[in-house]
Amino acid sequence: MSVSNGYDAGIASNIIADFDGKPEMLVQILAHIVDRFGYVSEDGIRQLAEALNLSRADVHGVVSYYHDFRTEAPGNHIVKVCQAEACQAMGSRALTEHAKGALGVGLNGTADDVTLEPVYCLGNCACAPAVMIDGRTYGRVDAERFDELLGALGDTDGGS
Amino acid sequence: MSRIKVFVPRETSAISVGADDVAIAIARKSKQLGTDIELIRNGSWGACWLEPLVEVQIGEQRIAYGNVEAGDVDSLFEAGFLEGGEHARRLGPTVEIPYLINQDRWTFWRCGLIAPLSIDDYIAHNGFKALTAAFEMGSDAVIEAVTASGLRGRGGAGFPTGIKWRTVADAAGEQKYIACNADEGDSGTFSDRMLMEGDPFTLIESMAIAGYAVGATKGYIYLRSEYPLAHRVLSKAIAAGRDAGWLGADIQGSGADFDIELHLGGGSYVCGEETAMLESLEGKRGIVRSKPPLPAISGLFGSPTVVNNVVTLASVPNIITLGADRYDGFGVNRSKGTLAFQLAGNVKRGGLVEKAFGITLRELIEDFGGGTATGRPVKAVQVGGPLGAYLPAEQLDTPLDYEAFSEIGAMIGHGGIVVFDDLTNMAHQARFAMEFCAIESCGKCTPCRIGSTRGVEVIDRMIAGEKRDENYDLLVELCDTMEDASLCAMGGMTPYPVRSVLKYFAEDFSPPGEQ
Ligand SMILES: Cc1cc2nc3c(=O)[nH]c(=O)nc-3n(C[C@H](O)[C@H](O)[C@H](O)COP(=O)(O)O)c2cc1C
Ligand code: SF4
Ligand code: FES
Repeated sequence: MSVSNGYDAGIASNIIADFDGKPEMLVQILAHIVDRFGYVSEDGIRQLAEALNLSRADVHGVVSYYHDFRTEAPGNHIVKVCQAEACQAMGSRALTEHAKGALGVGLNGTADDVTLEPVYCLGNCACAPAVMIDGRTYGRVDAERFDELLGALGDTDGGS
Repeated sequence: MSRIKVFVPRETSAISVGADDVAIAIARKSKQLGTDIELIRNGSWGACWLEPLVEVQIGEQRIAYGNVEAGDVDSLFEAGFLEGGEHARRLGPTVEIPYLINQDRWTFWRCGLIAPLSIDDYIAHNGFKALTAAFEMGSDAVIEAVTASGLRGRGGAGFPTGIKWRTVADAAGEQKYIACNADEGDSGTFSDRMLMEGDPFTLIESMAIAGYAVGATKGYIYLRSEYPLAHRVLSKAIAAGRDAGWLGADIQGSGADFDIELHLGGGSYVCGEETAMLESLEGKRGIVRSKPPLPAISGLFGSPTVVNNVVTLASVPNIITLGADRYDGFGVNRSKGTLAFQLAGNVKRGGLVEKAFGITLRELIEDFGGGTATGRPVKAVQVGGPLGAYLPAEQLDTPLDYEAFSEIGAMIGHGGIVVFDDLTNMAHQARFAMEFCAIESCGKCTPCRIGSTRGVEVIDRMIAGEKRDENYDLLVELCDTMEDASLCAMGGMTPYPVRSVLKYFAEDFSPPGEQ
């Protein structure tokens, strides 16, 4: 799931059409748009409001409610480190600090085209700590394995 | 001669520790050697600590090799693993692994066994027998069986499933819905995911049974976005179910119609709360609705709606085919049947353990789990997700029983059991409970939205040793307000983990030098 750069109104329009332009599908449409572009732009919000016959405030309200729906373009790679309890029990706090140091950013920051984000449980709690990179979940991630996974990102630039 | 079957799970946990690489290495090596194998990507048996768990079919038996790495594959072939050969990774027959044979597999019996997306394999393993039987029994008898089984909701609240189904069946309304809650937001839980990835047709069959029982022709699955593999598997399974006539109009000539729409969540924990989930399914912000009306009377788009968790639904087919009394025979008191417990966090043998209610936490954590992964003493156990209390080691002998848990101020919830060792600072865990509530609150109630942020600040001051008694009282007061004046369990139960830390681990609030 690597994201392409730049919001494309034509592609967004196709996604809206896939859901028959139904306003009750707004959350689904946003999920697909964010999956495709990494975020939804201000123009995208305007386009959605028009196509679904909703007010811009309505669309904004939904976009801002859900953690997944970014309004800024993320880096080409998205690294999510689980912050929830089972991972905490296996050292995710230290792993998060390590990740911040390795990437040179804080949570929700982007550097060198990599965005670091928190996530609250990936359902991989028996193989904690867990990390998701470009939509793939990894388990039993210690600092060393984290660095290896990051290194592999550089090799396969453009994502999985 | 038929090809040798080799099983490598295509399941998130197994893949997260290298199962895809192992599968690729096995395929490559067998091609190189000219051995003709059939590589099956099964679900996981749930013994996550043994993943990647590779199996080879030898006659009637499957021989297991545990914790296989891609780098082991050459030596496995050299050791003749296709004939079940001896190797350091060899565990013996899968059915003799104690972790698995000591379980009561009612809901998860096919998980790991079958090829998840093969409808033929599903049917060969009793698939769709329950739906067929349901059509013959009639809808009333199906609801009676579910009621008689004693099945209670596995999503958290433990509400009797049969009563919910009866309410929807009796409610007035042309259109009714089945809404499957697959949001599985609790930390320490993954049973919904394992079922959806390892045995997706069971969920489809279960929803069709529920639809037939209550007179609903449409079902929704609300799946959290953190589960991309489950999303792919379910999408394919739903399409395959339609192609084979097990979904859609006039299912197998029964006259019953039922179809399923798969929805993705947006990364919000509160959207697992049933009314917030319905709002989200309607395309809106996931704000909790006031009850009444109950979703069973006025739910999705105002229509009567059954909201059930994945595991609740998936427990139904065997209740139909094996009988309600068989299910009722498992468990204790008012906690009937089995629960798919999930051992997580700092535990040596983490994974899914389906057992009858009544087993103690100690048996689960020590006998199945083998104690902590770090080998250190257990300090605390959080059961039931982020809103569950932290239990001290002295309470490990509590039996897993809804009522026994509520007596000690705890809850079983979705069955997640997260273990912490003695190096954990519990004040940090209390702080996180408040922080998580502040992050995830839907914002409707002030005590939940603002109280949780205040809670974080107060705990920070306590940890810093500022006016500790005063701040202690303030924290207790905040907990009281949140409990009394919150609409749902997010604000209403966040105080549970916080209070449990105050009660059992108060010394952890002292600044480092004073401990
Ligand atoms: C904050 C909050 C989060 C919840 N999250 C989930 C969830 O992720 N999955 C779930 O099945 N139930 C969840 N529930 C419980 C649901 O509200 C509801 O009780 C359940 O889906 C009903 O199905 P059941 O009777 O089969 O358990 C949550 C409740 C609250 C208050
Ligand atoms: S308690 Fe919190 S999450 Fe629940 S309805 Fe109130 S504000 Fe929303
Ligand atoms: S708590 Fe981290 S994967 Fe579940």
